[in-house]
Amino acid sequence: MKYSYFPGCSLERNALAYHISAMAIAEPLGLEFIEVEDWNCCGATEYVSVNLLASYALVARNLAQAAKETRTRQLVAPCSACYLNLKKCDIYMQESPSLEEKINIALAAGGLSYKSGTLKVRHLLDVIVNDVGYEAIAQKVTNPLKGLRVAPYYGCMIVRPKLGKNGSFDNPEYPTSLDKLLKVLGATVIDFPLKTHCCGGHMTQISESTGFELIRRLVKGASDYKADLIVTLCPMCQLNLDAFQGAMNAHFNTEYHMPVLYFTQMIGLAFGMDPVSLGIGTELVDARPALSKIGVEVPQPEVVVKRPPKEALPMPSMPEEK
Amino acid sequence: MLPAHASPTQQSLRQKSFLEEVIQNTPGDCRLLSCIQCGTCGGSCPSGQDMDHTPRAIFAMISAGLRQEVLKSNTPWYCVSCYYCMVRCPQSVHITDIMYTLKRLAIKEKVYDDSKAPDFSKSFIEWVENYGRAFELGLMSMHLIKHNPFGVFKMAGMGMGMLTKGRLAFTPTRIRGIDSLKAILNKAKELEAAA
Repeated sequence: MKYSYFPGCSLERNALAYHISAMAIAEPLGLEFIEVEDWNCCGATEYVSVNLLASYALVARNLAQAAKETRTRQLVAPCSACYLNLKKCDIYMQESPSLEEKINIALAAGGLSYKSGTLKVRHLLDVIVNDVGYEAIAQKVTNPLKGLRVAPYYGCMIVRPKLGKNGSFDNPEYPTSLDKLLKVLGATVIDFPLKTHCCGGHMTQISESTGFELIRRLVKGASDYKADLIVTLCPMCQLNLDAFQGAMNAHFNTEYHMPVLYFTQMIGLAFGMDPVSLGIGTELVDARPALSKIGVEVPQPEVVVKRPPKEALPMPSMPEEK
Repeated sequence: MLPAHASPTQQSLRQKSFLEEVIQNTPGDCRLLSCIQCGTCGGSCPSGQDMDHTPRAIFAMISAGLRQEVLKSNTPWYCVSCYYCMVRCPQSVHITDIMYTLKRLAIKEKVYDDSKAPDFSKSFIEWVENYGRAFELGLMSMHLIKHNPFGVFKMAGMGMGMLTKGRLAFTPTRIRGIDSLKAILNKAKELEAAA
């Protein structure tokens, strides 16, 4: 099965682990991902807060780029925010001919065009559970995650809002596809009541107390249910819950230690893949104690601070004489 | 469009109501006129307790034409785009989209009280407009320095962790089609300004 693949800015660096684990499990799952040629940022929730039409044109450029790929009409995004922006743009264009017309006038200025409805925008989880299917996944499991208690965490934008005729691929308030997937992988899945609550999005940058409180609720929730780790499907959720967990602990004077991994990493582990090849070890809240419960040993990661090569530094220079 | 109960005097007082302005600036049919003031939105909001006014109150204020009060409110800036309100609203009002509209109107007129959130959005899009991709290190460090210099120390641990784990890029990535993207965005802004 072939899909156009839109990684999004987070997966280039901060969520690289999500990208490489998705790529690692693609082959055993029979999925082929073709990266969208020269894609641009989807604008997250920021662009639309400043400019309306330009924010839709920004997203539509990606749709136009993806539609150039003739081998598939399916566009898959692993990031929930990218997924929603791409899907929303396509559906709003279908619902509003005047918006579609204006977007295409803008796209034409860059030599592109997009006819709404050409592509079907999907989230990576949707593709894996519905196109590959639980049974096919179960057959590939060699190292079941037996004894690992996991909190399945969906966040917001994968299931909300309900857009278009078909709405969401799972329930907007009580989705179960990730729960079922993790059960198939052999994990003990807790019935996590906060599974679709918000991780805070960009609030850590706007209002720390608001952002940290939203992170605290989720981490405390998973901890109260004695989860060994939280499993997520969105780079923003992972960033907030993992990278900001230390700052949140400092803010509330708490000592939570709740690792946060991607569902693609869990699939890879259950398929017996090497944890390092799945990007495990790049999380800030150490997942090794939790993973040792299922016999997965992750070597201590090498601490390497990559610096740009010296020639890349902008050095002052005299203008060349002509 | 004015509410049905508006008296002729009220109608003559206002050329174009604020309600109409909000609806016009929101894509598609946002169904704001269908709001029945039930308060499900505020009750579902994860950051509602930090807002000056709940979304329900904001919608009533929009109908009442309280333009300045609405645009000065922190409510849209505390919306986390979780869409809980939108899937629960019995009238299917596009609440989150309306919050984005209020942010845009507030930015256009620079009437917000706290510039932290608008500045964050603006610096984010600046990277996108010049490179075609977001740049986390640049965005977060510039934002911290401007709005929360002491926060630099608080976030230093996290930043170092991200760096040592190789999760922060030092330099932004520029897409090859940046000129085409700039032309598209400029055209879109031009069309919006003309409307």
